[in-house]
Amino acid sequence: MGRKLLLEHINVPGIETYDVYRNHGGYKSVEKALKTMSPQEVVEEVQKSALKGRGGAGFPTGMKWSFLAKPEGVPRYLVCNADESEPGTFKDRFLMEKLPHLMVEGMITSSYALGANTSYIYIRGEYMFVLEILEKAIAEAYAKGWLGKNILGSGYDLDLYVAPGGGAYICGEETALLESLEGKRGNPRMKPPFPAIKGLYGCPTVVNNVESLCTVVPIINIGADEYLKIGTEKSSGTKLISACGNLARPGVYEIELGISVEEFIYGDEWCRGIANGKKIKALIPGGSSVPILPAHLITKTATGEDRFMSYESLSDGGFASGSMLGSGGFIVFDEDQCIVRNTWNFARFYAHESCGQCSPCREGTSWMEKVLHRLETGKGNMRDIDLLAEINKKIEGNTICPLGDAAAWPVAAAIRHFREEFEWHVTHPEEAVKRNYGLLKTPSITL
Amino acid sequence: MISTLETQAKRPPFSPEKMAEVQGVIKQFPEGKQKSAILRVLHIAEEEFGGWLSPETMDYVAGLLDIQPIEVYEVATFYTMFNMQPTGKFVFEVCRTGPCMLVGSDDIIEYIKTKLGISKVGETSADGMFTLKTAECLGACGYGPMLQCGKVYHEHLTPAKVDALMDEYRAKYSSENNNN
Repeated sequence: MGRKLLLEHINVPGIETYDVYRNHGGYKSVEKALKTMSPQEVVEEVQKSALKGRGGAGFPTGMKWSFLAKPEGVPRYLVCNADESEPGTFKDRFLMEKLPHLMVEGMITSSYALGANTSYIYIRGEYMFVLEILEKAIAEAYAKGWLGKNILGSGYDLDLYVAPGGGAYICGEETALLESLEGKRGNPRMKPPFPAIKGLYGCPTVVNNVESLCTVVPIINIGADEYLKIGTEKSSGTKLISACGNLARPGVYEIELGISVEEFIYGDEWCRGIANGKKIKALIPGGSSVPILPAHLITKTATGEDRFMSYESLSDGGFASGSMLGSGGFIVFDEDQCIVRNTWNFARFYAHESCGQCSPCREGTSWMEKVLHRLETGKGNMRDIDLLAEINKKIEGNTICPLGDAAAWPVAAAIRHFREEFEWHVTHPEEAVKRNYGLLKTPSITL
Repeated sequence: MISTLETQAKRPPFSPEKMAEVQGVIKQFPEGKQKSAILRVLHIAEEEFGGWLSPETMDYVAGLLDIQPIEVYEVATFYTMFNMQPTGKFVFEVCRTGPCMLVGSDDIIEYIKTKLGISKVGETSADGMFTLKTAECLGACGYGPMLQCGKVYHEHLTPAKVDALMDEYRAKYSSENNNN
């Protein structure tokens, strides 16, 4: 059994209620922080823990906090990014739904560290049922004196609210999220200025992922030194992995960073292998935006070393033969799945979700979707495969926000590793039309 | 609760209770930043006023938030959750994105189309009961195929489960209408 920091009490009946949560050590990080630490000490502890942002980009949370501007007389805000929408990712929903008080506790301790007196949890609109769970927990926390004026007699005041989105993947990008929270369309802002300088209502703002803020709780409770002992040298702590696709036991798992990919996929404690006794064909380890890995690069790196569930090992080999840990959206494909169809499906997702602000993304994602649909339905030609690579290069790096890159990378990786399968769709148009699945029974692609 | 059932004929203004809820939402934001409440108020308005955002509803929300109607239109049309046209009494939004597709969402979408006797996604069954829509990733990837109806997620779908679900919603509709 690996160590659990977030999900330690997940199976305790009633853990979503205040009393049970409190009886299992809940709100201790708030007591410790407000009674024995200065805000700056909390920031330093999180910096020392080397916690990397759990939303996908992996930017160090403590460093982000240290950038927050603190001009006199201007409010500062902490905004939790609960707009989880990266395909394959459903860990934040799990955390908030099952452990709403952990979310609230993380918000209080973190808001104290940042000197924010009003904080928001921006949650995707589809999670309205989770919003209701959170609001219930917040009401309990107010009633017990963990929120409101003069918390624990410390003189620190905090109001916490939950605000829903309306169905837009782009609002997971932090500046689009802030636009949305201001009541506008979710168009990302030009950076700089970064939110730490000019964020919500033009005030200094920190935007952090749900899991990152929840992880602040155990970091403060056990201390950064203890936290650093968990995980690997470059990937400290634990990480929630939302495992899905053709797995025998999909679900949300908390792993100690650094366990082997093989153990995670096949181990009894985790996913228990591929569903229906099939073989694995491919893996997207960190949400739909990260490169897909073919079978031979999943449990081993290109140099034949074991692959581990850590930031550094999953990206070993760069984009040529590696991928990214990303959000922890772990999508497994069995041998019957069609890579072209899946690549088209994700391209359609990005085309649908592009906010339309930058032409390379607005036009490029739509063209990629069209070309991939053509290939998938047996109407493509060989030039289309190179055309996709061309479009890719024109999107990547040419947009205000990373949605363009996120749309381009998976297509590039799919062609890099599964070119044979794309070509098969061109040379076998009739079969491609008739059969969406089970195209190439064995993963026969080599680098 | 799927309140579209009870409120099919409702139009602005909000009832006093709903108005109090809306005022509470507005108060969550600093003074002068009441526009921040727009998404939540639109969700409430859609639920209250027949399951979609009519121009009348949007203009009413603009008035409540003291902003221009265009500011509401541009927001309402950007976010995909809002229905800009009337729908059936229940809207089934089936997730169609990769992880759900891997576990059979395409088949579920086809099955619902056949069941409802409609030819494409977006249409409503002849009895006006169900509208089929597709949605992009709803964050239920490990529990697919799935669909959302109102605030409720229905997961691990099979054709038999879809049948049962339709019966359940039909029963709910008739019981609520008989009570009225």
